[in-house]
Amino acid sequence: MNPSPPPVPAAAAEAPAAYAVPRGVPLWDIFVTFLFIGAISFGGGVVAYLRASLVLKKGWLDEEHFLSALEISQALPGLNATNMSIIVGDRLRGVAGAIIAFAGMTLPGGSMVLALGVAYAANAHNPYVNAALVGVGAAAVGMLSAVTLQIGHKQLNQVLNVAIIAATVLMVSFLHISLIWVLLTVGPVAVFLFRPRKGDGEAAAGKSGEAS
Amino acid sequence: MNENLSVLGVFSLLSILAVGGGAAVLPETKALVVETHHWLNDDQFRDIYGLGQVVPGPNMLMVIVIGYHVTGFVGALMAFLGFFLPAGAISWAASRVWDHFEGSPWRRALQQGLAPLVVGLMASGTISIARTAIDGRLTVVIAFAVFAGVYCVKKINPALLVLGGGLVGLALLSGTGAGMPPS
Repeated sequence: MNPSPPPVPAAAAEAPAAYAVPRGVPLWDIFVTFLFIGAISFGGGVVAYLRASLVLKKGWLDEEHFLSALEISQALPGLNATNMSIIVGDRLRGVAGAIIAFAGMTLPGGSMVLALGVAYAANAHNPYVNAALVGVGAAAVGMLSAVTLQIGHKQLNQVLNVAIIAATVLMVSFLHISLIWVLLTVGPVAVFLFRPRKGDGEAAAGKSGEAS
Repeated sequence: MNENLSVLGVFSLLSILAVGGGAAVLPETKALVVETHHWLNDDQFRDIYGLGQVVPGPNMLMVIVIGYHVTGFVGALMAFLGFFLPAGAISWAASRVWDHFEGSPWRRALQQGLAPLVVGLMASGTISIARTAIDGRLTVVIAFAVFAGVYCVKKINPALLVLGGGLVGLALLSGTGAGMPPS
């Protein structure tokens, strides 16, 4: 996934704060950068746009810290796009940076979807609008299934993963169990099944002060 | 109960439950919005989800439109703040302490365990939209065409395919009363 990560000096790995976050990035620059990403990213591809912009074009993060921010965004509640904007904005300019990056990320799509929503509410009985939206809905199903498969296909060759996927789908879609209970039951079980074991990851175990 | 507070509450709950992103929380969003609170019917939910697909940025910005349907512009704001603030605050706080867990083997276990859970939730999200969106042969054809387009052709803007689906619907379904609310 990560082509040729730069070798991490031992000192840097011990002290993450040692990496140079660019200081004094102007707030307007943060805003405009995220506004641009928010305006051109479509359909779940936002991570690619973020990387192209933040790592390659602006150089605000290196690959390693980009992946670390992405890891936080994915493990925690919320959308990758907005979580990433908040984390990166915070690292660049603190709370003000986080707010301005989030605002930039959500402004284009948010104002457009609100405008469409107002138009939709006013045209709920228009047969042309409804026919078009039936087509859009069907297309959305195709897109969601493609994105799910793109993300999931790597996991389909491991029985444990398939079992967790199947249990989740069964509970949510067929037994209609509330998401909170699914997260509280399947989540800990899944993490436990992938728990660190003796013998794997000696290197990782070496630095784990917090592991209980 | 004040409807605005109710919107804020529902979307705040969804925000905290949105582990794995927008598609993962879709079935629960539909359950709360359509079945529990009756703010929208099935078809409206599908339509509004579709609107979220054709704008840039996160698809779940469509929560703004759901809020707008409940109590107008104030509801739109409540849904937006509710859905994005709690998760945003958690991420913000967590990113400040995350580095302390650098190298913990449990971090890897968390990622590996959550990955299939998230895929399962995304699949359920797809199913929940498909249950209302797939209705008749043409919708099946559109869904398969877009699936093939997104999955097989790498460099394609998915929003264009979604808009294309809308155009096909417009061209072939507008005389049939498809998607019309029962009057």
